[in-house]
Amino acid sequence: MSAPQGTTSGLRYPSNKKTIYDRNLNRSKNAELSRAAFAYLFVEMISYAQKRVKGIADLEKRLNTQGYPLGLRLLDLLLTRTANPLSSIRPTRILPLLQFIAQTLWRHLFGRPADALERSESDPGQYMLYDNEPLVNQYISTPREMSQLNCAAYVAGIIEGVCDGAGFATEGVTAHSVGGESEGGDKTEREMWPGRTVFLIQFKKEVLEREEIMGRGGG
Amino acid sequence: MVVFCLFIISKSGGLIYNREFHAGMSKLTSNDYLMLAGSFHGMHAITKQLCPVPPTPVTPLSVAGAPAPSPFIGRPSGLEVLESSHFRMQCFQTLTGIKFLLFTEPQQPNVDVMIRRIYELYADYVMKNPFYTVEMPIRCEKFDRGLDGFVKVRS
Repeated sequence: MSAPQGTTSGLRYPSNKKTIYDRNLNRSKNAELSRAAFAYLFVEMISYAQKRVKGIADLEKRLNTQGYPLGLRLLDLLLTRTANPLSSIRPTRILPLLQFIAQTLWRHLFGRPADALERSESDPGQYMLYDNEPLVNQYISTPREMSQLNCAAYVAGIIEGVCDGAGFATEGVTAHSVGGESEGGDKTEREMWPGRTVFLIQFKKEVLEREEIMGRGGG
Repeated sequence: MVVFCLFIISKSGGLIYNREFHAGMSKLTSNDYLMLAGSFHGMHAITKQLCPVPPTPVTPLSVAGAPAPSPFIGRPSGLEVLESSHFRMQCFQTLTGIKFLLFTEPQQPNVDVMIRRIYELYADYVMKNPFYTVEMPIRCEKFDRGLDGFVKVRS
């Protein structure tokens, strides 16, 4: 017999007592989600983040914070799900970590790998991950007065969560638009992909030091 | 095949979007456009009233538990097409009361399909845009681009 209405408070449990924690982790492995449903949810997330916000940087920070816990969880989930037991250990070097993000994470979230991965020439601790058409921005047109805003800051938060979860502390991951009329980069590429976005990943100094030591150790 | 222009009128009769696809049309001030949209909105409401009352469907009492018939089925939709020797105007009203007006050449086929596709674009790039407030003028870059792509392929 179920409890009468109104007496229970807080979380509702299914009648067979099976919560999300009792389910097999692989159950939703190949499940897909309605894009429209996500688009409307994302609209509400942005409207929520926009409340009492001071500026564009603040708004991006909030979106980033919303994505961060997702990244922490996705790292473990995706590693648990890998079929090969050897590849289910956490990445310990920068390059495998970035590969994991660009391939496994991107495939899981967006159904395709990221479009390019580059290392900054000026700063050895900075990496650039390119997405020609971020799925989260598919239906979003940013108004002219907010042209600096890129709502893929949410995805940047997910990346930051993955990096932090794997033990690679970052100074922050940020999303910037590099398509359309913005400056820099290849002109034809910019015209072809007006929504092209770069995710700047800036690792902390200690991470780079560790990377160097591991490199010398012949790892 | 020529598509002249597109108007979108909000449910309160305000012009929220207008776009010309064809060069060489007579220039109107933005105030004129607003007045045009407002007059059409009123005219549309009158044509709705002019429709004969639909016959009340005989409700079969024997079938209990059958779903109630949609309240939209017998409802008059108002002015849908206006044709002249120079242009054809098709109006499509959504269930939420937004009107899409498409001005084309009189010979243009499949206007209703086009207008539904435009409604689809509206649903995608306007309604799923977090920076758009309903009933306000539409300023969405991706909607403009989508319309451009769609109309240019057609003509």
